[in-house]
Amino acid sequence: MTRPPVRPPRKNPILRTRLPTLPPAARSRVALGLTAAAARGRFELQVCRDCGTVQYPPREACRACLSPRLDWRVQDGNGELVAETTLRHSHELFFRERMPWRLGLIKLDSGPLVVAHLHGDCGSPPARVRVRAHLDRAGQAALLALPDKDTPHMADDRELRELTCDPKFRKVLVTDAKTPLGQALVEGLAGAGADLVWAGAAEPWKKPPGFERVKALPQVAIVPLDLTDSRAVKELAGEIGGRVDILINNADHHRNFGIAARDGVETARAEMDINYFGLLRLAQEFAPAMRARGADGPSSAVAWVNVLSVFALSNFPPHGTYSASKAAALSLSQCLRAELAPAGVRVINVFPGPIDDEWNQTLPPPKIAPARLAADIVTALRGGAEDVFPGDVAQDWLERWRDNPKALERELAAMPKQ
Amino acid sequence: MTRSRAAYDDVVVAVPVTVPYVRYSIRGAHWFLAAALAALIKRAGLGKDQIDGLCVSSFTLAPDTAVGLTQHLGLTLRWLDHIPMGGACGIVALRRAARAVQSGDAEMVACIAGDTNHTHSFRLNLATFSQFARDAVYPYGAGGANASFAFLTAYYMRVYGATREDFGKLCVAQRANALQFPHALMKKPLTLDAYLNARLIADPLRLYDCVMPCAGAEAFLVLRRAAAEELGLPYARILATIERHNAFPDDPVQYRGGWALDRDELYAQAGVGPKDIDVLAAYDDYPVITLMQLEDLGFCDKGGGPDFVRRESFTAAGSFPLNTSGGQLSVGQAGAAGGFLGLVEIIRQVTRKPLGAAVDNARLGLASGFGMINYDRGLCSGAAILAADQ
Repeated sequence: MTRPPVRPPRKNPILRTRLPTLPPAARSRVALGLTAAAARGRFELQVCRDCGTVQYPPREACRACLSPRLDWRVQDGNGELVAETTLRHSHELFFRERMPWRLGLIKLDSGPLVVAHLHGDCGSPPARVRVRAHLDRAGQAALLALPDKDTPHMADDRELRELTCDPKFRKVLVTDAKTPLGQALVEGLAGAGADLVWAGAAEPWKKPPGFERVKALPQVAIVPLDLTDSRAVKELAGEIGGRVDILINNADHHRNFGIAARDGVETARAEMDINYFGLLRLAQEFAPAMRARGADGPSSAVAWVNVLSVFALSNFPPHGTYSASKAAALSLSQCLRAELAPAGVRVINVFPGPIDDEWNQTLPPPKIAPARLAADIVTALRGGAEDVFPGDVAQDWLERWRDNPKALERELAAMPKQ
Repeated sequence: MTRSRAAYDDVVVAVPVTVPYVRYSIRGAHWFLAAALAALIKRAGLGKDQIDGLCVSSFTLAPDTAVGLTQHLGLTLRWLDHIPMGGACGIVALRRAARAVQSGDAEMVACIAGDTNHTHSFRLNLATFSQFARDAVYPYGAGGANASFAFLTAYYMRVYGATREDFGKLCVAQRANALQFPHALMKKPLTLDAYLNARLIADPLRLYDCVMPCAGAEAFLVLRRAAAEELGLPYARILATIERHNAFPDDPVQYRGGWALDRDELYAQAGVGPKDIDVLAAYDDYPVITLMQLEDLGFCDKGGGPDFVRRESFTAAGSFPLNTSGGQLSVGQAGAAGGFLGLVEIIRQVTRKPLGAAVDNARLGLASGFGMINYDRGLCSGAAILAADQ
């Protein structure tokens, strides 16, 4: 059984900080289908459209009937562990630094045989297991076999923790912590066992309801942070940047205009200044230290979360300039993802549908409650995905967008002005 | 009704060559293959221009193939083959070359296999070994075949009751054979105790269960019997051969190889049975695969491997002479040359020219090959029965 978690000892400042290494990242293009699904938190395998045979490893043609029509389909991952080993030797640095390492050979009920990382609570073969796909530190899909039933302290398994960004024992910076979502995030992270949560606040004079309670949490420290102020961002990074393990960029400027409804560019510029340039300022000041700390002990720098919007996928004309600023942020986040990749620091993009807050007042339900969104973000950190679409509206838009992006564009254009 | 396989008539195999192995080399694969060919023609008393067919196996020849090697070595050929089948390449090379000579497409086919080993080449080879390995095994930290054979070994032990001592008995006997073989890289005796307590590599495998990658080459010559006699070369006759690829794809874990499908035809073509075999060269990158070959080639029943090992003795002078040059586990695995090692040793034994320990009155020898852990199992298997000249 996984042992109850123990707080890692304080870092010895005399010891050299280990440099990040990664598991092998090379994959064939067809195998990236597994990564595409894992990025959304799903375990999918190719299934033959003609004969139904489930395939693994990923391939170009059905192993049974040679059909090239292989579709990625969600799998339940149930199967039997038929053999296991514990590696004591590897040719790859990432694994050499983490020996011993348990691996399993699993016969999935759906047919294929998979090699997977093996959770410590899985029994000896033959044993029932559940296979999941997570992104690994290299950002590629890796399969992981979990025990048939949940076990106490399961999330603290050493191999699983290498595939997640669990906030437990980590230090987290949340920007814009005074908003309803910001407060819910701070509380959620404290509840998830974060060591320390820096709650960034732009306007010291603002005293929103509930913030006193958040402020009083023992893990919480309020820090001044205005994302429109380059100097302020730099100063805070100089103070705490070397200790931030998880950064959650929750800052958001949201007005409800398209193009014709408002003269001038001031509103759009303000949105860009927070939503796009704010991310850029944060990334320039905080990403370098996180990149250096990708392997800094058991509580290394591990994740960067951007709270974007599902409007980033396709413009929602009633919130047209806001959608554009989130699309810009999405594009920049892909750059940040590429730059943090060598450190194994995961960039998680969150694409909520309309949040139930003042700026979406006139949008009809369903809208996602800030507390629910915060819980989904904490869950994402404990999981293996990098693109998260919380709530029913986001899921609906995503499905429409994946199915036919042009159709979604037309549908959004036809939505009545609120 | 399957058509019966044509006999190999008067095609024979001769001139077993080993280019001495080294752990690491700064040379390229071409160097080792050239050395093998040079030794082959010198021993055969041939000029280079008398070789009209060439069969090449190598993992480290890239970006070249056998084609590049013709120009590199200045060979003008009318028959050329490149066999990327790892541990099965020796058997398959023999089959291809024998039919080429038999049909008259070539007269003198040099079969060569070899690889270099730089300090980093094994790791690079693992990382890019196959698409399935790169996509679905290597990213899990598995050091090449070690993890796959750990799964196979653990499964075989669990299902058939083999013990570490059973595997150890084979390794210890092979080391005793290797101590008499001049080209073996392992020069010290191995005790069962040392085997059992060696460093863990991937449970249940320990250090002496795993072959050591090295550089080297092996070669042999396929030609007509009359040509061999004219040149005064000792030769072995080819009684029967088999090959099989991706056998039993639905077995959840590999516990048998393609030999189980083809062995009846092997023995029928040869007109002999397993009991008639005087010396066996089993492919041995890990000892579990030797037990599977003992079963699948009919020396005992499926699952009878452990009892067979406990009952017999395996040195050249033992009750069941096995891997009499020491096998890859004690000689080293020089890449694709590992697929030739056993076959070359069988040629030496049945022509009564062993470099090391001799098997008394070795008239019939069986060489077996197994190769290419493409994903979770070895895909290629093959075997050949060679006989001493009448």
